[in-house]
Amino acid sequence: MDFGLSAEQLLLEESLGGLLDARAPTQRARALAAADDAFDPDLWQAVVGLGVTGILVPVEHGGSGLGLLDAAVAAWTVGARATPLPFLGTTVMAPVALRTAGTPEQQGRYLPRIVRGELRIGIAATEAISKRDGAGIRRDGGVLTGSALFVIDAESADVFLIAVEDGSLALLPRDARGLEVRRLVTVDRTRRVGELVLGSVPVAEWLGAAPDTAAQATRRMIDAGRLMLAADALGAADRALALAVEWAKTRRQFGRTIGSFQAVKHLCAEMAAAIEPARSLLWWAAHAFDHLPDEAALAATHAKAHLTEVASQVVRTATEVHGGTGFTAECDVQLFFKRAALDRHLLGSPALLREHAARLQGL
Amino acid sequence: MDLSYGEEAEALRREVRAFVEEHRTQAPLGAIGLGGRPDERVRRWQALLIERGYAARNVPREYGGFGAPPDPLARIVIDEEFARAGISRGIGGQGPDMLVPTLLEHGTEEQRRRYVGPTLRGEMVWCQGYSEPEAGSDLANVRTSAVLEGDDFVVTGHKIWTTSAHFSDMMFCLVRTEPERPRHAGLSYLLIPMASAGISVQPLMTMTGKAEFNQVFFDGVRVPRASIVGERGEGWRIANATLVHERNMLGSAAQIDALFQALLRLARTETRDDRPLIEDPLVRDRLMRLQAEVLAARWHASRLLSTRLRGEPVGIAGLVVKLTGCELAHQISSTALELLGEVGALYERSPHERAGGLWVFQQMFSLGLIIGGGTAQIQKNIIGERGLGLPREARGDV
Repeated sequence: MDFGLSAEQLLLEESLGGLLDARAPTQRARALAAADDAFDPDLWQAVVGLGVTGILVPVEHGGSGLGLLDAAVAAWTVGARATPLPFLGTTVMAPVALRTAGTPEQQGRYLPRIVRGELRIGIAATEAISKRDGAGIRRDGGVLTGSALFVIDAESADVFLIAVEDGSLALLPRDARGLEVRRLVTVDRTRRVGELVLGSVPVAEWLGAAPDTAAQATRRMIDAGRLMLAADALGAADRALALAVEWAKTRRQFGRTIGSFQAVKHLCAEMAAAIEPARSLLWWAAHAFDHLPDEAALAATHAKAHLTEVASQVVRTATEVHGGTGFTAECDVQLFFKRAALDRHLLGSPALLREHAARLQGL
Repeated sequence: MDLSYGEEAEALRREVRAFVEEHRTQAPLGAIGLGGRPDERVRRWQALLIERGYAARNVPREYGGFGAPPDPLARIVIDEEFARAGISRGIGGQGPDMLVPTLLEHGTEEQRRRYVGPTLRGEMVWCQGYSEPEAGSDLANVRTSAVLEGDDFVVTGHKIWTTSAHFSDMMFCLVRTEPERPRHAGLSYLLIPMASAGISVQPLMTMTGKAEFNQVFFDGVRVPRASIVGERGEGWRIANATLVHERNMLGSAAQIDALFQALLRLARTETRDDRPLIEDPLVRDRLMRLQAEVLAARWHASRLLSTRLRGEPVGIAGLVVKLTGCELAHQISSTALELLGEVGALYERSPHERAGGLWVFQQMFSLGLIIGGGTAQIQKNIIGERGLGLPREARGDV
């Protein structure tokens, strides 16, 4: 019995965290967020050099063949620094889909390039969860038409993995004729989502020959993505609390450090009391993805709903602890407020996920 | 990450399962120790559990325990198997769970030999004398005095919130022996026979309509000076050790899970306008919100257990358990009442009452637990100060 992080996982957290602190402190994150594609090739290659892109790639394809919990460690380490990285689509959702439904040839063609950081994959899966504004990609034989919203890592993607309305999964290069990428501007400028517009685009490559395989790959990829967003939200919450505590220990008013006032201290305690059990929930859910098949889907669903609820509450409270300073752009806490805001809604908002959790249990 | 318990623990599980099957007819029914002293059947059951190592497992043999080395995983396996079978886990509560570990850590050899065995066997029942009318959250403000006269302490004062005092043999009690010293340094930990001359006990009715607590009055009660645990002035440190054991009893993940499963059954079986409540989208949302928290509490308990098994400090992760567990238990019963609507307001054996008024009682009682054992606000002070390193608030009287 050992329900906790391994020495290797703690080392990953330390080495990735150290690298990001050195190469992408928050002023660098802010500069990247202001750029067109929020993508820093040098930073990306440094992250690749640590093996992050190979976490979920099997050893025979050049990865380290680790699990979702290892990926989650990386995700909360990134989330705690609000680092702009094309992490979610390329290093997590695409490898999970390729491992579940890719042919050996496809795995051999894509996975090593993902590990080496030569290929970035955007994920269009929102409409497999719920549709807005008439979006949805329809298939007519081998031709796709329609639009997809909230495409993950859209701005820097070389290839798109697209969940089609009939349950199939298509792979399209960014330069496919008739494929247009529109920028969507969200509240969180440290990550990029976009809209794909397809006008009768012929598809040369599909993932998963049988519809069942593609549907299974889509579900697994979405569960993995939800776990990463939950982990990112945990990182954001952890950092927001740390900033609030630091502020409460140094800021003085009425001749006292404000953290000595129970009004402020209790807000900090409430944040910690919400975060700690949620952290345990996330560990279990990430572990379940690889090792507890009967519980994996429910665990991922609950983890995404609960961690993002907790993070929303924490970033709001951490902002309040900072007082007027918390409301300024200069204060870092706003980066995490916005990070958590996007984590909350991508791949399913909490209320939608709770209904999904009820259905998964036959309620 | 390894969620298996290992071969040794699984072998123990098989052994416990066989035991439970063989002996289940001997097990006492209902909760033990809430309404009165353990009866003959309970004491026989307890003796059997100790003999097999399913109770008092880590208490040394010479003091009446089973004498196994510390093995938290074995304890969890035993808890799980007894819970699965729905069978009594033996005598717990303030004597075995709070006083015994305290005596093993701080008591004299004479105290251990005299008290531990009878307490474990259910022959000696204990109550806790900490809180006073003027020493609630500010526990160090205890005023009950114990003055040394010859070979006796003479105790005068007033304790409150004393569970089980009306049928207890003994009280472990926090008293002021050194009034000239600073607050915390002036307290001592005394063991007082409840039959002593000068003690009177009055039941304290609570909002639930039941008398779960008492007030205890001391009027010149003489207690031999050898009844002190630890040195004079060490009472605060020793009482805090006991409080850690109490907070571990509160906010238990297994109890919370059982309560949530009962809520889920309620939502599936109760109907409104002939439709099951579980079909209502708002009900579904609330239940799933709670389920995520129940799962979090469950895996949080596993995380704390693993940390302790590794011999590492649990840190802030441990400090939040009482606060979050008690709040969650209250939210679950509040949700049950919300689902029941006006039917949920029925109590005291009214027609149409559900589950014998359990949810009504549970919702009020769990509010009591949010306050008892260190209020939610005191817990937040502890989390903020010990967990996050925030400065203490200035005292108003020094």
